[in-house]
Amino acid sequence: MERYLLIESRDPFEAAPAAHSYALAASLARAGNDVQLFLVENGVLAARAGGAAADGLGAAARAGAAVLADDFSLRERGITSDRLITDVKVTPLDTVVDGLVEGRKTLWN
Amino acid sequence: MTNKKTLTFALMDAPFESSRTTTAMRLFDIAARRGYDIHVFAYEGAVALTFAKQQAHPNAVHGRDVGEEDHPLTKDWVAAIMAEAEANGGKLDWVNCGLCVDERGVGDAIENTRRGSPGDLWSLSEASDNTLIIATR
Amino acid sequence: MKTLNIIESAYRATIEEQDDTIVWITHALKGAGADVDVLLQGNAVCYAARDQDASGLCFGAKQQTKPPRLADDIVKLVDKGVTVHVVADDLEERGLKRSDLIDGLEPVSRSRLATLLDGYPRVWKW
Repeated sequence: MERYLLIESRDPFEAAPAAHSYALAASLARAGNDVQLFLVENGVLAARAGGAAADGLGAAARAGAAVLADDFSLRERGITSDRLITDVKVTPLDTVVDGLVEGRKTLWN
Repeated sequence: MTNKKTLTFALMDAPFESSRTTTAMRLFDIAARRGYDIHVFAYEGAVALTFAKQQAHPNAVHGRDVGEEDHPLTKDWVAAIMAEAEANGGKLDWVNCGLCVDERGVGDAIENTRRGSPGDLWSLSEASDNTLIIATR
Repeated sequence: MKTLNIIESAYRATIEEQDDTIVWITHALKGAGADVDVLLQGNAVCYAARDQDASGLCFGAKQQTKPPRLADDIVKLVDKGVTVHVVADDLEERGLKRSDLIDGLEPVSRSRLATLLDGYPRVWKW
């Protein structure tokens, strides 16, 4: 089992590859890996409930990936925790540094 | 037992162009507060992040003079994070890719930065606990 | 440590730099002794297309004499022993057929990317 941290800084509304990122997170998780998908910057735009990206993030979560969102990026964009899709957990950016020191294979998208 | 870790980052974005720069600085700050050793390989536009001749300016749209605007300069952020790292027993080692510096004419960098090459990225990564590449788009 | 360099964005400042700077740094890393392979995905799969020609630009009297030759640079990576994987789905989505491409590539389907990444101790996404 490998440990991964996929950082997604783009939203799927502007950058189609963001959705591929969600699919990769799901695929890695289904393969038995420990996967964190960390949304930051405009990547958190996908986490607002009622948006078109919920399915992709939901699929990653159902596959076993931990879907996380940077608290500052959410606040910066006025996305309060009561407006998030249920699969997303709010965390500080420290999570990325934690993941790096844990030795996670870390990919920034 | 020490909790000191060593992390290497590669950056590519020029200052004032991308939110990736702010996030990168936030990551360095977190690592600096923890007293980690941090290596940054600045590639392409990122070599201007430590350009010593960056200058703050007023903001007439908001009616603020230079002092009131207090406009961020990335060179100051880097210097502050260097000081934070040192205060916590760590270090921020900033390496600017030399060819990228030359083509952009930004050789006048702040203190405690150094000129390097892609070989530095490799050797620093090999000696680190982990590496994160934050590429441009 | 064996490293997979993932290259995704394409034709970004390749004229000004006369190179793709990530393909270039891969060459430089290899020259510095790095054990590195490449995955081309997204628009970067287009670097494997044979008929790219960026020559002929002139700004006033200033002619570009060394335009980028991106496909050649990929071939040279292969010649140096770098395994160059390319996402087959991205080729197909962009209408690129096998006959359009340089030789020496290792196609991989998007569904197999997880397995590919698992096989490298270090992955750098550019």
